[in-house]
Amino acid sequence: MPEMRTPLSKVRGLGSAKSGAKTWWRERVGAAALLPLTLFFIWLVLSLAGSDHAAAVATIGNPFVMVLLLLFILVSADHMKLGMQVIIEDYVHSEGQKVVWLVLNTFFSYGLAAAGVVAVLKIGFGM
Amino acid sequence: MANSKTGVQRPLSPHLQVYRFTTTMLMSIVHRITGGALYFGILLLVGWLLAAASGPEAFDMAQGFFGSWFGILVLLGFSWTLIHHAIGGIRHLVWDTGAGLGPKGREAWGLGTIIGSVVITAALWIGAFVFGLI
Repeated sequence: MPEMRTPLSKVRGLGSAKSGAKTWWRERVGAAALLPLTLFFIWLVLSLAGSDHAAAVATIGNPFVMVLLLLFILVSADHMKLGMQVIIEDYVHSEGQKVVWLVLNTFFSYGLAAAGVVAVLKIGFGM
Repeated sequence: MANSKTGVQRPLSPHLQVYRFTTTMLMSIVHRITGGALYFGILLLVGWLLAAASGPEAFDMAQGFFGSWFGILVLLGFSWTLIHHAIGGIRHLVWDTGAGLGPKGREAWGLGTIIGSVVITAALWIGAFVFGLI
C-alpha cells in the first residue's frame, strides 16, 4: 500500500484527531501541582478549624496563603473540568446532550473558580 | 447497538458483569467516583470562603455548621475522598511512567491506595482531636 501521508503531516505528528495529548498532559500537570497544594489546603483547614472571623481573615490575607489558595482554586477548577469532561464523553452518547453537558461543565467550573477567586481577593484586600 | 434498526442481533462486546473482580478495577471505579464527588465537594471550600468574605456573621454560621456533628461527618467524608483521590493520582502518575504495572506492583498500588487513604485520614482526624481542633 502506498504511503498516503505527506512528509509535512508526519513532521507535525498530529494524526487525524489534531489534538488530545495536550489535554492529557494538562490533566497530569494539574494533578502534580495539586499534590503539594492539597497538603497546603489541609494545613489551612486545620489551622482555621473553629477560628473566629478576624483570625481567618488575617490568615487568608497573608500573601503566601493567598497565592497558594488562589492556585489551589484555579488548578482544581481546571482539573475538575477536564475530569468531568472525560466522564461526560464516556457516558453521554447522544451528541446534542453531550454538548449541553460539556457546556454546563465549563460554566460550573469557571463559575466556581470566579467565585472562589473573588472571595479570596475580597478577604485579602479588605471589604 | 441497542437502537439498531437492522433487526440483526449483533454480538456486543463484554461489559462489566463478565469480568473477574480485581483490585485495580475497584480502584479505577473509586478514583472516578471520588473525583466526581470532589467536583461538588469543592463547593464547601468556595462557600466557606464566600462566608468569610461576607463578614463575621456569615462566617460564624459557616464555622458553626462545620463544627456541628453533621458538618464534621461531611468533612470526614470530604477528607477521605480527597486523600484517596490524591493517592490514586500519585498511582496514576507512577503508572504513566510505565512503572508498577506488573502483577505484584499494580496489586500493591491498589491495596496501598485504599489502606493508605484510610490510615492517613484516621491519623489526620485523631491528630485534630488530640490537638483540640474538634
